[in-house]
Amino acid sequence: MSLRITRTGILDTVQDTGRFGFQHLGINPGGAMDRFSAQLANALLGKELHDAVMEIHFPAAEILFESPTVITICGADFSPAINNQPVPLHHPIAVNTNAVLQFRHVEQGARCYISVLHGLDVELWLGSYSTNLKAETGGWKGRILKRYDQLPFKKNYDVSALLGDKEVHVLPWKANDTVDTRNEIECILGSEWSWLTREAQQAFQNNWFLVSSNADRMGYRMSGAALEVNRADQLVSSAAGFGTIQLLPDGQMIILMADHGTTGGYPRIAHIISAHLPLLAQKKPNNSIRFKITPLEAAEKKLVVQKKYLQQLQIACKFKMNF
Amino acid sequence: MNIYHPYTIFPLGDGALTIDFGNIISEELNQKVLDFYHHLKNSQHPFITDLIPAYSSLTVLYDVAAIYQHLEGDNSAFETMANIMEGMAVAKHQPEEKKEIIHVPVCYAFDFAPDMEYITREKNMDATDVIRLHTEPLYRVYMLGFLPGFAYMGQVDHRLQLPRKKEPRLHVVAGSVGITGKQTGIYPLQSPGGWQILGRTPLKVFDNQLSDPVLFHPGDTVKFYSISEDEFTDYQNRHS
Repeated sequence: MSLRITRTGILDTVQDTGRFGFQHLGINPGGAMDRFSAQLANALLGKELHDAVMEIHFPAAEILFESPTVITICGADFSPAINNQPVPLHHPIAVNTNAVLQFRHVEQGARCYISVLHGLDVELWLGSYSTNLKAETGGWKGRILKRYDQLPFKKNYDVSALLGDKEVHVLPWKANDTVDTRNEIECILGSEWSWLTREAQQAFQNNWFLVSSNADRMGYRMSGAALEVNRADQLVSSAAGFGTIQLLPDGQMIILMADHGTTGGYPRIAHIISAHLPLLAQKKPNNSIRFKITPLEAAEKKLVVQKKYLQQLQIACKFKMNF
Repeated sequence: MNIYHPYTIFPLGDGALTIDFGNIISEELNQKVLDFYHHLKNSQHPFITDLIPAYSSLTVLYDVAAIYQHLEGDNSAFETMANIMEGMAVAKHQPEEKKEIIHVPVCYAFDFAPDMEYITREKNMDATDVIRLHTEPLYRVYMLGFLPGFAYMGQVDHRLQLPRKKEPRLHVVAGSVGITGKQTGIYPLQSPGGWQILGRTPLKVFDNQLSDPVLFHPGDTVKFYSISEDEFTDYQNRHS
Protein backbone atom coordinates (compact mmCIF):
# COMPACT_ATOMS: atom_id res chain seq x y z
CA MET A 1 0.00 0.00 0.00
CA SER A 2 2.24 2.80 -1.22
CA LEU A 3 3.46 4.96 -4.05
CA ARG A 4 7.03 5.29 -5.19
CA ILE A 5 8.96 8.20 -6.67
CA THR A 6 10.69 6.87 -9.77
CA ARG A 7 12.21 10.17 -10.92
CA THR A 8 13.28 13.16 -8.80
CA GLY A 9 11.57 16.46 -9.58
CA ILE A 10 13.09 19.91 -9.05
CA LEU A 11 11.11 20.77 -5.90
CA ASP A 12 8.40 18.34 -4.87
CA THR A 13 7.33 18.29 -1.23
CA VAL A 14 4.49 17.19 1.02
CA GLN A 15 2.40 20.18 2.17
CA ASP A 16 -0.92 20.97 3.84
CA THR A 17 -2.72 24.18 4.79
CA GLY A 18 0.12 25.27 7.08
CA ARG A 19 1.54 25.08 10.59
CA PHE A 20 -0.03 27.64 12.89
CA GLY A 21 0.53 28.44 16.56
CA PHE A 22 4.34 28.57 16.59
CA GLN A 23 5.21 31.85 14.93
CA HIS A 24 6.20 33.34 18.32
CA LEU A 25 9.14 30.90 18.13
CA GLY A 26 10.10 32.01 14.63
CA ILE A 27 8.55 28.87 13.13
CA ASN A 28 6.78 29.96 9.95
CA PRO A 29 3.50 28.41 8.75
CA GLY A 30 4.81 27.14 5.39
CA GLY A 31 2.19 24.96 3.70
CA ALA A 32 0.93 24.84 0.12
CA MET A 33 1.63 27.94 -1.97
CA ASP A 34 -1.73 27.60 -3.75
CA ARG A 35 -3.91 26.68 -0.78
CA PHE A 36 -7.05 26.69 -2.93
CA SER A 37 -5.82 24.01 -5.35
CA ALA A 38 -4.37 21.92 -2.52
CA GLN A 39 -7.73 21.93 -0.73
CA LEU A 40 -9.64 21.42 -3.98
CA ALA A 41 -7.65 18.22 -4.63
CA ASN A 42 -8.70 16.93 -1.20
CA ALA A 43 -12.31 18.12 -1.54
CA LEU A 44 -12.80 16.21 -4.82
CA LEU A 45 -11.93 12.98 -3.00
CA GLY A 46 -14.13 13.87 -0.01
CA LYS A 47 -11.02 14.12 2.20
CA GLU A 48 -10.43 16.65 4.97
CA LEU A 49 -9.38 19.95 3.38
CA HIS A 50 -6.23 20.19 5.50
CA ASP A 51 -4.96 16.67 4.63
CA ALA A 52 -1.44 16.26 3.27
CA VAL A 53 -0.93 16.59 -0.51
CA MET A 54 2.12 16.58 -2.77
CA GLU A 55 3.13 19.97 -4.17
CA ILE A 56 4.78 19.48 -7.55
CA HIS A 57 6.96 21.92 -9.49
CA PHE A 58 8.20 21.46 -13.06
CA PRO A 59 10.32 19.48 -14.06
CA ALA A 60 8.22 17.16 -11.95
CA ALA A 61 8.66 13.83 -10.22
CA GLU A 62 7.46 10.61 -11.83
CA ILE A 63 5.22 8.55 -9.59
CA LEU A 64 4.56 4.81 -9.61
CA PHE A 65 1.48 3.56 -7.77
CA GLU A 66 2.30 0.29 -6.00
CA SER A 67 -1.31 -0.38 -5.02
CA PRO A 68 -4.71 0.79 -6.33
CA THR A 69 -6.00 4.18 -5.18
CA VAL A 70 -7.84 7.28 -6.37
CA ILE A 71 -5.99 10.56 -6.97
CA THR A 72 -6.85 14.12 -7.98
CA ILE A 73 -4.47 16.55 -9.66
CA CYS A 74 -5.26 20.26 -9.21
CA GLY A 75 -3.62 23.62 -9.84
CA ALA A 76 -1.00 24.08 -12.55
CA ASP A 77 -1.44 22.17 -15.82
CA PHE A 78 1.78 20.23 -16.40
CA SER A 79 -0.02 18.02 -18.99
CA PRO A 80 -0.29 14.98 -16.72
CA ALA A 81 -0.39 11.49 -18.23
CA ILE A 82 -0.94 8.09 -16.66
CA ASN A 83 0.52 5.09 -18.50
CA ASN A 84 1.21 7.54 -21.35
CA GLN A 85 -2.45 8.54 -21.73
CA PRO A 86 -3.33 12.18 -20.96
CA VAL A 87 -5.53 12.59 -17.88
CA PRO A 88 -7.61 15.63 -16.90
CA LEU A 89 -7.02 18.00 -14.00
CA HIS A 90 -9.66 18.54 -11.30
CA HIS A 91 -11.15 15.05 -11.76
CA PRO A 92 -10.81 12.10 -9.39
CA ILE A 93 -8.91 9.34 -11.20
CA ALA A 94 -8.83 5.70 -10.06
CA VAL A 95 -5.45 4.06 -10.77
CA ASN A 96 -4.43 0.40 -10.55
CA THR A 97 -1.19 -1.13 -9.28
CA ASN A 98 1.79 -0.23 -11.50
CA ALA A 99 0.13 2.90 -12.96
CA VAL A 100 2.79 5.54 -13.74
CA LEU A 101 2.03 9.25 -13.46
CA GLN A 102 4.18 11.64 -15.48
CA PHE A 103 4.09 15.35 -16.18
CA ARG A 104 5.21 16.22 -19.71
CA HIS A 105 5.33 19.99 -20.14
CA VAL A 106 4.04 23.22 -18.66
CA GLU A 107 0.76 24.38 -20.14
CA GLN A 108 -0.20 26.81 -17.41
CA GLY A 109 0.79 27.73 -13.87
CA ALA A 110 3.66 27.04 -11.51
CA ARG A 111 2.59 24.37 -8.99
CA CYS A 112 0.24 21.43 -9.00
CA TYR A 113 -1.15 19.36 -6.17
CA ILE A 114 -1.81 15.64 -5.94
CA SER A 115 -4.18 14.27 -3.35
CA VAL A 116 -4.28 10.52 -2.74
CA LEU A 117 -7.46 8.90 -1.39
CA HIS A 118 -5.61 6.46 0.85
CA GLY A 119 -3.66 9.29 2.47
CA LEU A 120 0.11 9.68 2.77
CA ASP A 121 1.67 8.31 5.95
CA VAL A 122 4.07 11.19 6.55
CA GLU A 123 5.55 13.05 9.51
CA LEU A 124 3.35 15.34 11.57
CA TRP A 125 5.49 18.10 13.15
CA LEU A 126 3.88 20.66 15.48
CA GLY A 127 0.42 19.84 14.17
CA SER A 128 1.15 20.00 10.43
CA TYR A 129 2.34 17.71 7.63
CA SER A 130 3.98 20.60 5.78
CA THR A 131 7.63 20.11 4.92
CA ASN A 132 9.86 22.73 6.54
CA LEU A 133 12.98 22.44 4.39
CA LYS A 134 15.05 24.82 6.56
CA ALA A 135 14.21 23.06 9.80
CA GLU A 136 14.50 19.70 7.97
CA THR A 137 11.32 18.33 9.48
CA GLY A 138 7.66 17.67 8.69
CA GLY A 139 6.24 16.01 5.58
CA TRP A 140 8.50 13.35 4.02
CA LYS A 141 11.64 13.28 6.20
CA GLY A 142 11.75 17.08 6.16
CA ARG A 143 13.08 17.12 2.59
CA ILE A 144 12.08 17.09 -1.06
CA LEU A 145 10.81 13.85 -2.61
CA LYS A 146 13.53 11.85 -4.33
CA ARG A 147 13.84 8.83 -6.56
CA TYR A 148 13.35 5.54 -4.67
CA ASP A 149 11.27 7.18 -1.90
CA GLN A 150 8.42 4.85 -1.02
CA LEU A 151 5.54 6.77 0.59
CA PRO A 152 3.25 4.38 2.50
CA PHE A 153 -0.51 4.87 2.46
CA LYS A 154 -2.36 5.50 5.68
CA LYS A 155 -5.73 3.85 5.08
CA ASN A 156 -6.97 0.60 3.69
CA TYR A 157 -9.87 1.10 1.28
CA ASP A 158 -10.92 -1.31 -1.45
CA VAL A 159 -11.30 0.75 -4.64
CA SER A 160 -11.75 -2.17 -7.05
CA ALA A 161 -15.41 -1.26 -7.65
CA LEU A 162 -14.34 2.22 -8.89
CA LEU A 163 -11.63 0.77 -11.09
CA GLY A 164 -13.67 -2.06 -12.67
CA ASP A 165 -11.46 -3.96 -15.10
CA LYS A 166 -9.51 -0.83 -16.10
CA GLU A 167 -5.98 0.27 -15.27
CA VAL A 168 -6.99 3.94 -15.15
CA HIS A 169 -10.52 5.24 -14.75
CA VAL A 170 -11.49 8.91 -14.71
CA LEU A 171 -14.46 9.28 -12.36
CA PRO A 172 -17.45 11.23 -13.68
CA TRP A 173 -17.35 14.32 -11.44
CA LYS A 174 -15.12 17.37 -11.46
CA ALA A 175 -14.73 20.82 -9.98
CA ASN A 176 -16.30 23.85 -11.65
CA ASP A 177 -14.10 26.45 -10.01
CA THR A 178 -10.55 25.76 -10.99
CA VAL A 179 -7.46 27.78 -11.64
CA ASP A 180 -8.07 31.41 -12.37
CA THR A 181 -5.44 32.83 -14.68
CA ARG A 182 -6.29 36.50 -14.45
CA ASN A 183 -3.42 38.95 -14.00
CA GLU A 184 -5.16 41.54 -11.88
CA ILE A 185 -4.53 40.71 -8.26
CA GLU A 186 -6.38 42.41 -5.44
CA CYS A 187 -4.74 43.76 -2.32
CA ILE A 188 -5.58 45.82 0.73
CA LEU A 189 -3.48 48.74 1.94
CA GLY A 190 -0.60 48.17 4.33
CA SER A 191 0.31 50.20 7.39
CA GLU A 192 3.09 52.07 5.56
CA TRP A 193 1.07 52.80 2.39
CA SER A 194 1.14 56.52 3.24
CA TRP A 195 4.94 56.50 3.07
CA LEU A 196 4.69 56.22 -0.72
CA THR A 197 4.69 59.48 -2.67
CA ARG A 198 1.49 60.30 -4.52
CA GLU A 199 3.21 59.35 -7.80
CA ALA A 200 4.34 56.02 -6.34
CA GLN A 201 0.80 55.29 -5.11
CA GLN A 202 -0.46 55.90 -8.65
CA ALA A 203 2.28 53.80 -10.20
CA PHE A 204 1.49 50.94 -7.81
CA GLN A 205 -2.10 50.87 -9.04
CA ASN A 206 -1.57 51.59 -12.73
CA ASN A 207 1.71 49.97 -13.73
CA TRP A 208 2.37 46.37 -14.64
CA PHE A 209 4.96 44.61 -12.50
CA LEU A 210 7.02 41.64 -13.55
CA VAL A 211 7.62 38.56 -11.42
CA SER A 212 11.44 38.48 -11.46
CA SER A 213 13.58 35.35 -11.72
CA ASN A 214 14.04 35.68 -7.97
CA ALA A 215 10.67 34.12 -7.11
CA ASP A 216 10.33 31.05 -4.94
CA ARG A 217 8.39 29.61 -2.01
CA MET A 218 9.82 32.31 0.29
CA GLY A 219 8.89 35.32 -1.77
CA TYR A 220 8.46 36.92 -5.18
CA ARG A 221 10.80 39.77 -5.94
CA MET A 222 8.97 42.03 -8.38
CA SER A 223 10.55 44.22 -10.99
CA GLY A 224 9.15 47.46 -12.34
CA ALA A 225 9.35 51.21 -11.86
CA ALA A 226 10.99 52.00 -8.50
CA LEU A 227 8.49 53.31 -5.95
CA GLU A 228 9.61 56.34 -3.98
CA VAL A 229 8.86 57.10 -0.37
CA ASN A 230 8.57 60.47 1.36
CA ARG A 231 10.04 59.27 4.64
CA ALA A 232 12.95 57.06 5.56
CA ASP A 233 12.16 55.94 9.10
CA GLN A 234 13.69 52.69 10.29
CA LEU A 235 11.06 50.22 11.47
CA VAL A 236 11.80 47.89 14.36
CA SER A 237 11.04 44.29 13.38
CA SER A 238 7.45 43.15 13.59
CA ALA A 239 5.27 40.43 12.10
CA ALA A 240 4.95 39.86 8.36
CA GLY A 241 2.50 37.54 6.62
CA PHE A 242 1.85 35.44 3.50
CA GLY A 243 1.00 38.08 0.90
CA THR A 244 2.65 41.05 2.61
CA ILE A 245 4.14 43.39 0.00
CA GLN A 246 7.34 44.87 1.41
CA LEU A 247 9.16 47.80 -0.13
CA LEU A 248 12.92 47.26 -0.35
CA PRO A 249 15.39 50.15 -0.02
CA ASP A 250 15.90 50.23 -3.81
CA GLY A 251 12.18 50.93 -4.41
CA GLN A 252 11.39 47.42 -5.65
CA MET A 253 8.81 45.18 -4.00
CA ILE A 254 9.02 41.72 -2.54
CA ILE A 255 5.81 39.76 -1.94
CA LEU A 256 6.18 37.30 0.92
CA MET A 257 4.97 33.80 0.06
CA ALA A 258 4.32 30.57 2.02
CA ASP A 259 7.85 30.07 3.43
CA HIS A 260 8.29 33.73 4.49
CA GLY A 261 10.09 34.62 7.71
CA THR A 262 7.73 35.39 10.59
CA THR A 263 9.00 38.95 11.06
CA GLY A 264 10.50 41.73 9.00
CA GLY A 265 11.49 45.37 9.12
CA TYR A 266 10.68 46.74 5.66
CA PRO A 267 7.68 49.03 5.05
CA ARG A 268 4.49 47.06 4.36
CA ILE A 269 2.82 48.95 1.56
CA ALA A 270 0.03 46.45 0.85
CA HIS A 271 -1.13 42.86 1.34
CA ILE A 272 -2.44 40.49 -1.34
CA ILE A 273 -5.93 39.37 -0.31
CA SER A 274 -6.05 35.75 0.87
CA ALA A 275 -8.56 34.74 -1.82
CA HIS A 276 -6.09 35.88 -4.52
CA LEU A 277 -2.91 34.32 -3.09
CA PRO A 278 -3.65 31.16 -5.12
CA LEU A 279 -3.61 33.27 -8.32
CA LEU A 280 -0.23 34.69 -7.40
CA ALA A 281 1.11 31.28 -6.39
CA GLN A 282 0.51 30.13 -9.98
CA LYS A 283 2.58 32.99 -11.47
CA LYS A 284 6.08 32.33 -12.74
CA PRO A 285 9.11 34.51 -13.45
CA ASN A 286 8.38 36.88 -16.36
CA ASN A 287 4.61 36.88 -15.78
CA SER A 288 3.19 40.39 -15.44
CA ILE A 289 0.64 41.35 -12.85
CA ARG A 290 -1.27 44.44 -11.82
CA PHE A 291 -2.46 45.35 -8.35
CA LYS A 292 -6.00 46.46 -7.62
CA ILE A 293 -6.83 47.95 -4.24
CA THR A 294 -9.94 46.53 -2.65
CA PRO A 295 -11.74 47.18 0.68
CA LEU A 296 -10.86 44.88 3.58
CA GLU A 297 -14.43 43.74 4.00
CA ALA A 298 -14.66 42.64 0.34
CA ALA A 299 -11.44 40.66 0.81
CA GLU A 300 -12.86 38.89 3.85
CA LYS A 301 -16.07 38.01 2.00
CA LYS A 302 -14.17 36.54 -0.97
CA LEU A 303 -12.21 34.34 1.41
CA VAL A 304 -15.39 33.15 3.12
CA VAL A 305 -17.05 32.36 -0.24
CA GLN A 306 -14.01 30.33 -1.29
CA LYS A 307 -13.99 28.41 1.97
CA LYS A 308 -17.72 27.64 1.76
CA TYR A 309 -17.34 26.39 -1.81
CA LEU A 310 -14.58 24.00 -0.75
CA GLN A 311 -16.54 22.78 2.28
CA GLN A 312 -19.67 22.10 0.25
CA LEU A 313 -17.72 20.34 -2.49
CA GLN A 314 -15.94 18.23 0.12
CA ILE A 315 -19.23 17.07 1.64
CA ALA A 316 -20.80 16.32 -1.77
CA CYS A 317 -17.75 14.31 -2.89
CA LYS A 318 -17.63 12.43 0.40
CA PHE A 319 -21.08 11.05 -0.41
CA LYS A 320 -20.01 10.19 -3.95
CA MET A 321 -16.86 8.38 -2.81
CA ASN A 322 -18.80 6.62 -0.06
CA PHE A 323 -15.80 5.43 1.99
CA MET B 1 1.47 52.52 38.84
CA ASN B 2 -0.32 51.63 35.63
CA ILE B 3 1.17 53.67 32.82
CA TYR B 4 -1.07 54.14 29.79
CA HIS B 5 0.64 53.15 26.58
CA PRO B 6 -0.84 54.66 23.43
CA TYR B 7 -1.24 52.13 20.62
CA THR B 8 -2.59 51.75 17.12
CA ILE B 9 -4.37 48.74 15.61
CA PHE B 10 -4.08 48.04 11.90
CA PRO B 11 -4.85 45.09 9.62
CA LEU B 12 -1.88 42.97 8.53
CA GLY B 13 -3.62 41.53 5.50
CA ASP B 14 -7.19 40.19 5.66
CA GLY B 15 -6.59 37.57 8.36
CA ALA B 16 -4.47 39.35 10.97
CA LEU B 17 -4.15 42.57 12.92
CA THR B 18 -1.20 44.25 14.61
CA ILE B 19 -1.40 46.17 17.87
CA ASP B 20 1.53 48.57 17.72
CA PHE B 21 2.75 50.31 20.89
CA GLY B 22 5.36 52.47 19.15
CA ASN B 23 8.33 52.06 16.86
CA ILE B 24 11.01 51.71 19.53
CA ILE B 25 13.09 49.08 21.29
CA SER B 26 12.31 49.45 24.98
CA GLU B 27 12.24 46.85 27.71
CA GLU B 28 9.11 48.35 29.24
CA LEU B 29 7.12 48.33 25.99
CA ASN B 30 8.33 44.84 25.16
CA GLN B 31 7.16 43.66 28.60
CA LYS B 32 3.76 45.21 27.89
CA VAL B 33 3.63 43.29 24.59
CA LEU B 34 4.63 40.01 26.25
CA ASP B 35 2.14 40.36 29.13
CA PHE B 36 -0.59 40.97 26.56
CA TYR B 37 0.68 38.02 24.49
CA HIS B 38 0.59 35.62 27.47
CA HIS B 39 -2.87 36.83 28.41
CA LEU B 40 -4.21 36.08 24.90
CA LYS B 41 -2.32 32.79 24.67
CA ASN B 42 -3.81 31.61 27.97
CA SER B 43 -7.30 32.74 26.97
CA GLN B 44 -7.29 30.21 24.07
CA HIS B 45 -9.66 32.42 22.16
CA PRO B 46 -11.44 30.28 19.52
CA PHE B 47 -10.96 32.83 16.71
CA ILE B 48 -7.20 33.24 17.25
CA THR B 49 -4.94 30.95 15.17
CA ASP B 50 -1.49 32.41 15.90
CA LEU B 51 0.21 35.18 17.90
CA ILE B 52 3.44 36.96 16.98
CA PRO B 53 4.92 39.18 19.69
CA ALA B 54 7.70 41.49 18.44
CA TYR B 55 9.78 44.35 19.92
CA SER B 56 6.89 46.71 20.41
CA SER B 57 3.92 45.09 18.70
CA LEU B 58 1.69 42.05 18.95
CA THR B 59 0.17 40.48 15.83
CA VAL B 60 -2.94 38.34 16.10
CA LEU B 61 -3.92 35.93 13.30
CA TYR B 62 -7.58 34.99 13.23
CA ASP B 63 -9.96 32.63 11.42
CA VAL B 64 -12.10 34.89 9.22
CA ALA B 65 -14.56 32.11 8.25
CA ALA B 66 -15.15 31.17 11.90
CA ILE B 67 -15.84 34.80 12.81
CA TYR B 68 -18.37 35.14 9.97
CA GLN B 69 -20.12 32.02 11.20
CA HIS B 70 -20.69 33.63 14.59
CA LEU B 71 -21.03 37.19 13.38
CA GLU B 72 -24.09 39.27 14.11
CA GLY B 73 -24.50 42.77 12.73
CA ASP B 74 -22.46 44.44 10.02
CA ASN B 75 -18.99 44.34 11.51
CA SER B 76 -16.15 42.88 9.47
CA ALA B 77 -13.96 40.17 10.96
CA PHE B 78 -11.25 42.81 11.44
CA GLU B 79 -13.61 45.16 13.31
CA THR B 80 -14.81 42.27 15.46
CA MET B 81 -11.25 41.34 16.44
CA ALA B 82 -10.15 44.97 16.82
CA ASN B 83 -13.04 45.57 19.24
CA ILE B 84 -12.01 42.55 21.31
CA MET B 85 -8.40 43.81 21.39
CA GLU B 86 -9.29 47.44 22.19
CA GLY B 87 -10.31 46.70 25.74
CA MET B 88 -7.46 44.32 26.39
CA ALA B 89 -4.67 46.52 25.05
CA VAL B 90 -5.21 49.11 27.80
CA ALA B 91 -5.67 46.64 30.67
CA LYS B 92 -2.76 45.64 32.86
CA HIS B 93 -2.02 41.95 32.53
CA GLN B 94 -0.38 39.73 35.09
CA PRO B 95 3.26 39.22 34.05
CA GLU B 96 4.49 35.62 33.71
CA GLU B 97 6.79 34.44 36.47
CA LYS B 98 10.42 35.36 35.91
CA LYS B 99 12.46 32.41 34.72
CA GLU B 100 16.07 31.56 35.50
CA ILE B 101 18.90 33.13 33.55
CA ILE B 102 19.99 30.97 30.59
CA HIS B 103 23.79 30.70 30.58
CA VAL B 104 25.20 30.26 27.08
CA PRO B 105 28.79 29.13 26.43
CA VAL B 106 30.44 30.88 23.47
CA CYS B 107 33.83 30.20 21.95
CA TYR B 108 35.19 33.52 20.68
CA ALA B 109 38.32 31.98 19.07
CA PHE B 110 39.19 33.33 15.61
CA ASP B 111 38.25 30.09 13.84
CA PHE B 112 34.67 30.55 15.08
CA ALA B 113 34.58 34.34 14.74
CA PRO B 114 35.03 35.37 11.11
CA ASP B 115 34.28 39.03 11.91
CA MET B 116 36.35 39.36 15.10
CA GLU B 117 39.26 40.90 13.22
CA TYR B 118 36.96 43.48 11.59
CA ILE B 119 35.32 44.29 14.93
CA THR B 120 38.64 44.79 16.77
CA ARG B 121 39.95 46.95 13.93
CA GLU B 122 36.77 48.98 13.61
CA LYS B 123 36.46 49.53 17.37
CA ASN B 124 40.18 49.84 18.02
CA MET B 125 40.16 47.32 20.87
CA ASP B 126 41.55 43.83 21.27
CA ALA B 127 39.54 40.60 21.29
CA THR B 128 39.65 40.39 25.10
CA ASP B 129 37.78 43.71 25.32
CA VAL B 130 35.25 42.59 22.73
CA ILE B 131 34.64 39.36 24.68
CA ARG B 132 34.33 41.25 27.96
CA LEU B 133 31.86 43.75 26.52
CA HIS B 134 29.80 40.97 24.93
CA THR B 135 29.72 38.68 27.99
CA GLU B 136 29.10 41.37 30.64
CA PRO B 137 25.46 42.31 30.10
CA LEU B 138 22.33 40.37 30.93
CA TYR B 139 20.46 40.23 27.61
CA ARG B 140 16.74 40.19 27.19
CA VAL B 141 15.10 38.05 24.49
CA TYR B 142 12.80 40.65 22.95
CA MET B 143 11.36 38.43 20.25
CA LEU B 144 11.96 35.49 17.92
CA GLY B 145 11.83 35.68 14.16
CA PHE B 146 13.74 35.30 10.88
CA LEU B 147 14.47 31.57 11.45
CA PRO B 148 13.01 28.91 13.76
CA GLY B 149 14.46 29.67 17.20
CA PHE B 150 16.32 32.87 16.22
CA ALA B 151 16.16 35.14 19.30
CA TYR B 152 16.63 38.89 18.97
CA MET B 153 18.47 39.84 22.17
CA GLY B 154 19.47 43.22 23.52
CA GLN B 155 21.00 45.41 24.31
CA VAL B 156 24.59 45.33 23.11
CA ASP B 157 27.00 47.75 24.84
CA HIS B 158 27.18 50.99 22.85
CA ARG B 159 30.97 50.59 22.51
CA LEU B 160 30.40 47.36 20.53
CA GLN B 161 27.58 48.47 18.24
CA LEU B 162 28.18 48.04 14.51
CA PRO B 163 25.97 48.05 11.41
CA ARG B 164 25.18 44.81 9.59
CA LYS B 165 27.54 43.62 6.86
CA LYS B 166 27.17 45.34 3.49
CA GLU B 167 27.22 42.01 1.70
CA PRO B 168 25.45 39.31 3.73
CA ARG B 169 27.26 35.97 4.03
CA LEU B 170 25.64 33.18 2.02
CA HIS B 171 26.39 30.55 4.68
CA VAL B 172 26.52 31.36 8.37
CA VAL B 173 27.27 28.22 10.40
CA ALA B 174 24.60 27.05 12.90
CA GLY B 175 25.45 28.25 16.42
CA SER B 176 27.20 31.40 15.19
CA VAL B 177 26.79 34.37 17.54
CA GLY B 178 26.35 37.71 15.83
CA ILE B 179 25.82 41.37 16.63
CA THR B 180 24.23 44.25 14.74
CA GLY B 181 23.29 47.61 16.22
CA LYS B 182 21.85 47.08 19.70
CA GLN B 183 21.03 43.46 18.94
CA THR B 184 22.81 40.17 19.44
CA GLY B 185 21.62 36.72 18.40
CA ILE B 186 22.52 33.13 17.55
CA TYR B 187 21.90 31.50 14.16
CA PRO B 188 19.94 28.31 14.98
CA LEU B 189 20.48 26.78 11.52
CA GLN B 190 22.93 27.31 8.71
CA SER B 191 21.57 30.20 6.69
CA PRO B 192 22.50 33.37 4.86
CA GLY B 193 23.05 36.25 7.29
CA GLY B 194 24.28 39.81 7.60
CA TRP B 195 25.22 40.08 11.27
CA GLN B 196 28.86 40.45 12.41
CA ILE B 197 29.91 37.03 13.69
CA LEU B 198 32.08 37.11 16.85
CA GLY B 199 31.81 33.53 18.17
CA ARG B 200 29.97 30.23 18.19
CA THR B 201 28.04 28.28 20.81
CA PRO B 202 28.10 24.47 21.00
CA LEU B 203 24.50 24.58 22.30
CA LYS B 204 21.68 23.47 20.04
CA VAL B 205 19.48 26.55 19.81
CA PHE B 206 16.94 24.69 17.68
CA ASP B 207 16.27 20.95 17.81
CA ASN B 208 13.41 19.58 15.72
CA GLN B 209 13.42 16.34 17.76
CA LEU B 210 12.26 18.08 20.95
CA SER B 211 8.62 18.78 21.79
CA ASP B 212 9.73 22.33 22.60
CA PRO B 213 12.18 22.76 19.73
CA VAL B 214 13.69 26.11 20.74
CA LEU B 215 16.10 27.08 23.53
CA PHE B 216 15.00 30.72 23.89
CA HIS B 217 11.53 32.17 24.41
CA PRO B 218 10.31 35.76 24.34
CA GLY B 219 11.10 37.48 27.66
CA ASP B 220 13.98 35.15 28.65
CA THR B 221 17.18 36.50 30.21
CA VAL B 222 20.47 35.33 28.69
CA LYS B 223 24.12 35.59 29.81
CA PHE B 224 27.02 34.57 27.59
CA TYR B 225 30.27 33.17 28.98
CA SER B 226 33.51 32.57 27.15
CA ILE B 227 34.87 29.04 26.60
CA SER B 228 38.06 27.75 24.94
CA GLU B 229 38.20 25.72 21.74
CA ASP B 230 38.89 22.56 23.78
CA GLU B 231 35.84 23.20 25.93
CA PHE B 232 33.79 23.77 22.78
CA THR B 233 34.90 20.39 21.35
CA ASP B 234 34.35 18.65 24.71
CA TYR B 235 30.86 20.07 24.90
CA GLN B 236 29.99 18.90 21.41
CA ASN B 237 31.34 15.40 22.09
CA ARG B 238 29.40 15.10 25.31
CA HIS B 239 26.14 16.11 23.65
CA SER B 240 26.31 14.36 20.30
